[in-house]
Amino acid sequence: MNPRLVLATAWRVGGQLRRDRRTLALAIVVPCVLLWLFSELFADSPMIFQRLAPAMLGVFPFVLMFLVTSVAMVRERTSGTLERLLTTPIGKGDLVVGYGVAFAVLALVQASVATAVALGLLGMDAPASVAVLVLIAVADALLGMALGLGLSSLAVTEFQAVQFMPAVAFPQILLCGLIVPTDQIAGWLDAISRAMPLRYAVEAMTTLTGASTVDGRVWTDLVIISGCVLVALALGAATLRRRSA
Amino acid sequence: MESIKVDDLVVVRGGATVLDRLSFEVPAGTVTGLLGPSGSGKTTLLRVIVGVQKITSGTVTVLDRPAGEPSLRHEVGYTTQSPSVYGDLSLADNVRYYAALYGRRKDAVGEAISSVGLGGMADRVVRTFSGGELSRASLACALVAQPALLLLDEPTVGLDPVLRRDLWALFGQLAAGGATLVVSSHVMDEARRCDRLLLLREGRLLADDTPDGLRSATGTDDLDEAFLRLVEQWEVAG
Repeated sequence: MNPRLVLATAWRVGGQLRRDRRTLALAIVVPCVLLWLFSELFADSPMIFQRLAPAMLGVFPFVLMFLVTSVAMVRERTSGTLERLLTTPIGKGDLVVGYGVAFAVLALVQASVATAVALGLLGMDAPASVAVLVLIAVADALLGMALGLGLSSLAVTEFQAVQFMPAVAFPQILLCGLIVPTDQIAGWLDAISRAMPLRYAVEAMTTLTGASTVDGRVWTDLVIISGCVLVALALGAATLRRRSA
Repeated sequence: MESIKVDDLVVVRGGATVLDRLSFEVPAGTVTGLLGPSGSGKTTLLRVIVGVQKITSGTVTVLDRPAGEPSLRHEVGYTTQSPSVYGDLSLADNVRYYAALYGRRKDAVGEAISSVGLGGMADRVVRTFSGGELSRASLACALVAQPALLLLDEPTVGLDPVLRRDLWALFGQLAAGGATLVVSSHVMDEARRCDRLLLLREGRLLADDTPDGLRSATGTDDLDEAFLRLVEQWEVAG
């Protein structure tokens, strides 16, 4: 891996994001609006909001990065820029990590704004550590990115890439503990949920919130998420082929 | 000294023979025209030389190394037929990215942009470019690498005659500076501007000659006519 090539790629991807003001605005504003909607929806039962808000902070970065990455990679493939890039000195690792750095910065901004809104305006219980909460959000964003990258190789068009959202992200959103806490679902659903990385992000967020110290389980969850990111990134990089038939 | 050496190259794709027993050499410091009708295998051949196309048999040597060897990626520039640039970035952003990938200095960016005649458009977003401007933007991204070998797939499609003349003059300058260029085209009119010609038809090499050599071999001054005569001879020969 070459830091110069990673940074050049991160800068280029960042430049594409910077010029796309509408995507940026939607990525940052929509999570805040949804959080506010939830707080209004459960205005009479604040306990539910206190459980949902941190879980949603775990779902947003994942969903955003999953979508952005899968569409971005399909675009690189269909526009021919990916094949061209692979004829230059850049390595697959440089390209994948470059994307990761650029999207992690976006995730950091999104998570910071959404957390500030949840804590400052909507009265979410304070987490044991705001820094750790944002760290989980970024790891979670990278998880969405890594899965999006891996699955984008299965999609030929942007339409197909967007369809992976209900196919891959929705089951995780249903089973991750956002809708029903994982200790209240049927055993076989719980078993499936354990194989889904988003569960650990949501678990880490909810464990952290309302606690006075950072529980050891949060770190375990972070290790699991990071492991999933590395595996998905390696699989994603393996789908970038220099030679084709 | 040759930059490219192809020996008995065969590419079969999906059961069809796309390139059929090609053997030729491309001398260093020349502009070689790769000519032939659409579907004759020009793009596949360029992809083989770049090293992104799997081959069925034969050997392809590029700058004394097997095609596709990692170190070659620093020295070989390639533009695809449909311009592959980032439409949502400015021209300068695009070229700057490729300059960074090849480790070239910042001043190479401006040079590459002005050499393709887009000096005034550096800060415009590429999405707004016309077809001809897009293919020149794509070319600038390859030129900024200052490669020893430049493979260009139909770089002059959609350009007006003045721009075409300017680009061919640029290709000549690059070759005079020591670079080797292989430029594909389906316009025979461009053949006369090349040092050497490779004529491809249905995956077979019809001719590997200089424009003058081709004229005298076929007994006509018109390269279009020369191509037709070669096709006829070839069909008679079976």
